[in-house]
Amino acid sequence: MSPRRLTVEGLRLAARRDGRPLELVRGVDLALERGRVTALVGASGSGKSLTCLGLQGLTPPGVERLAGRVRLDGAAVGPETLPGRLVATVMQNPRSAFNPVLTMRAHARETLAVRGVTDDVDGRLAGALAEVGLPEPGRVARLHPFEMSGGMLQRMMIALALLADVPFLLADEPTTDLDPPAQARILALIERLAAERGLGVLIVTHDMGVVARLADEVSVMEAGRIVETAPVADLFAAPRSGAARALLAAHRALYPEEFA
Amino acid sequence: MSALAEEAATPAIRRRRPRRTTLAGLALVGTMILGALAAPLLPWDPEAVDLMARLEGPGAAHWLGTDHLGRDVLARLLHGASVSLGAVAAIVGLILALGIGVGGLSGLLGGRTDRIVMRVCDGFLTVPTFVLAMFMVGALGTGMANVMLAIALSHWAWYARLVRGMVLSLRERDYVAAAIVSGASRPRVFVEHILPGVLVQLVVLASLDIGHMILHVAGLSFLGLGVTPPTPEWGVMINEAREFIWTQPTLMLWPGLMILLTVMGFNLLGDALRDRLDPTLAGDGC
Repeated sequence: MSPRRLTVEGLRLAARRDGRPLELVRGVDLALERGRVTALVGASGSGKSLTCLGLQGLTPPGVERLAGRVRLDGAAVGPETLPGRLVATVMQNPRSAFNPVLTMRAHARETLAVRGVTDDVDGRLAGALAEVGLPEPGRVARLHPFEMSGGMLQRMMIALALLADVPFLLADEPTTDLDPPAQARILALIERLAAERGLGVLIVTHDMGVVARLADEVSVMEAGRIVETAPVADLFAAPRSGAARALLAAHRALYPEEFA
Repeated sequence: MSALAEEAATPAIRRRRPRRTTLAGLALVGTMILGALAAPLLPWDPEAVDLMARLEGPGAAHWLGTDHLGRDVLARLLHGASVSLGAVAAIVGLILALGIGVGGLSGLLGGRTDRIVMRVCDGFLTVPTFVLAMFMVGALGTGMANVMLAIALSHWAWYARLVRGMVLSLRERDYVAAAIVSGASRPRVFVEHILPGVLVQLVVLASLDIGHMILHVAGLSFLGLGVTPPTPEWGVMINEAREFIWTQPTLMLWPGLMILLTVMGFNLLGDALRDRLDPTLAGDGC
């Protein structure tokens, strides 16, 4: 039976500066539930992306994980069991997230190999491509990253996440690098897949429009801490934290007509 | 518009014709390799002593003449090619294995391991390679295997440094991060995403270094540290020819010429490879 709930408790990550640890993520708790979309919002540098990596037991060079417990349906698991097996990640920069000298088929083969699948790569890839709305799977499989648009690559990244066949999806600013029509399509796709496949989604963003559109629940991050967690309607109606108010105020200043 | 676009697109798309120097390099190296491969098939025995036919000039029986023991010079030159090229191939293999292994680990692990390994590399880099190789042969003992080991050990540090630098830069790429978050194991990420980029650079460095290593092999053999005399080897042949420099100067000329041409061939080939594979030099081709 596949797990329904993934939680991380007390995640702490630190960089070392002059031999002393400098905490970048200071005790973050998060819960993902299948079929629900949780948004993690906050200003740039508040630790959102690091949290995404850190909860999977991964850290960029120079950053170490000080603490953090991961539970699946309440049972403690090692964070290193997550990447590619329980959690798939959609990164924010589709252009650079693919190896420039490998075809889409090679990327699919790599993703499938993580869960020990080596047969019928083409058939599985074709299925995933159809789900994310990329036509002509035979042709796409032979393409290199530079032959595809940013929107196509982001779809491909989501297709890879589907190939991983995992219950939880982390989307780290999946639309930041895309033009508005592509953003809209990618968000609709994530929304549909979350509903159809019952994925537990964590979407990292600083776009409150995305939050309003997709999320069931919102966690607001500021300076490495989660300062507020609330259902999306409550947060928009009555933000309690300064960080949430600032994000909403910025959003209103940019898109005043939405709130008229 | 389309005419402009086409004009702009042509230089990048046009296949560059190989330069004459590249072709010369290919021809020289190709000939040497063919000669080395053909050597055992030829009817002349490079070690057959014929004291009745000592120091003969070129002729029908011996195309390039014979040496002071009546051995066929051409046969010795070709067997020498297979000894030199075989030795260099083994040395390059050993160096690549050491360079990729040590440099790769150093770059991937970082921290204290990296600092220690790089200081060791610095130590190797400060000593001239030929002196270091001689010192190591002194420590290990003479013989071809030890000479090969000594040359590999005196050259690996450059490769380890290069690999480490490349690993440090490549591991920051987003697609490496993407492979790691998709759950691929570290060794797999290294082989799939980092190693190919590193190998391209290593091939260039190795091809530029091969000539230098051929000189090392010949030099150490000339000094009597490598191949022992009955075996045909260019450095040994030059050493043996010293006594006859006034009576039969061609004896020294031929192996010297072989070394010159082989080293030149590999250097030309290395230059061509570097120009082909180094994106920063892409503009100056043709």
